Amino acid sequence: MQLHVSTNDGVPIYQQVAAQVKYLVASGRLKQGDQLLPVRKLAEQLIVNPNTVARAYRELESEGVVESRRGSGVFVAEGVSPLAKREQNKILNERIDTLLAEAAHMNVELETVIKLVRQRSQQMR
Amino acid sequence: MSENNVVEIRGLTRRFWRKTALADVTLNIPRGVVFGLVGENGAGKTTLIKHLLGLLKAQRGTVSVFGLNPVDDPIRVLAQIGYLSESREMPDWMRIGQFMSYSQAFFPKWDATYADQLREMFELAKGQRIKSLSRGQRARVGLLAALAHRPDFLVLDEPSSGLDPIVRRDILSAIIRTVADEGRTILFSSHLLDEVERVADQVAMLHLGRLVMSAPLDQILDEHHLLTVRFPNPPATTPTLPGGLGWSGEGREWTCVCNGELERLRTEAASAGASIVEERRPSLEDVFLARARAATTQQQGSES
Repeated sequence: MQLHVSTNDGVPIYQQVAAQVKYLVASGRLKQGDQLLPVRKLAEQLIVNPNTVARAYRELESEGVVESRRGSGVFVAEGVSPLAKREQNKILNERIDTLLAEAAHMNVELETVIKLVRQRSQQMR
Repeated sequence: MSENNVVEIRGLTRRFWRKTALADVTLNIPRGVVFGLVGENGAGKTTLIKHLLGLLKAQRGTVSVFGLNPVDDPIRVLAQIGYLSESREMPDWMRIGQFMSYSQAFFPKWDATYADQLREMFELAKGQRIKSLSRGQRARVGLLAALAHRPDFLVLDEPSSGLDPIVRRDILSAIIRTVADEGRTILFSSHLLDEVERVADQVAMLHLGRLVMSAPLDQILDEHHLLTVRFPNPPATTPTLPGGLGWSGEGREWTCVCNGELERLRTEAASAGASIVEERRPSLEDVFLARARAATTQQQGSES
């Protein structure tokens, strides 16, 4: 489980940790039932306050991505679709915001942006 | 004295000759937090720490640590503190093993087994002479001596300054390990803002001896906004908008850090024909630089 956090990201560190765990789950690098690093270990590895990691894990637990089993650790939750719709939208919206900001900066119309997205999507098929 | 605070400082003022090192500083360090003390070199960080250890007496104001005055009751206060000094003074001629026995004599609660575990964890050999150690190894020996009596309050003055990135990682990770271990209170000073942002729960910022702010880190980062403002024409001088601190930039686009009143700044910007083209969460460094710049300008203003 390799995570990277930065303080120049504009995103709180606990959210960076939570988002990266979700990506690992979504991409299949963490599978159902896999154990996450203990809070202390991950905190040491990332050089962040243990409370920050604990908060990320709490967040992930409340969203159903992981479950903590008393005494044995935190595991990727069983039988839960890794990314809920809401979560997918949230991740995509962040990307879209960046795209729209860039477009506005270059005075590119929204319709043109949408056209470009369609073109790219066709190229990727 | 509240039970929940390990340190309470009220109106602390300190002058060295005519230079003000600390000016009317009031702050609390709550039990169980990792408290980051930030400021440029010469901002007053070490002077503040020396007051906590009873090495300096308050000229004005009061200092209490565990409810005691460190100048009146140094033995009871120091027995509960693990301290790593910025200069890392140690008897150079001793070997590490000797230095450990020597340090043990000062602390009734010294845990020799734990000290040996730390020594192994830090990869230090008993027979090594302190004189022959690298800066990183020296820092580890200092940290070992600060930790081995399992103090309730750990005071680290610039624990990673002058260390290369690998050793700095090492020291910080050792600090994190000890936080998690026993949930003790930690005060650490640093001018490396990235490090503080990663490790601290609460942050106090000193600038030229004054306390610029003291708050939970999340609150500081949530309440400030890093803005890029685009002006219709390049401003002739550094722009000013209410709530905007520490302007930097050139031409039409300037960035500033807004403290709280984002809507007011937005309205004022609009009436000046300007607009906010980017808005994001600042890093602690962004906030610090803006606050420091604003404080300097203000001070120059009041002196001229």
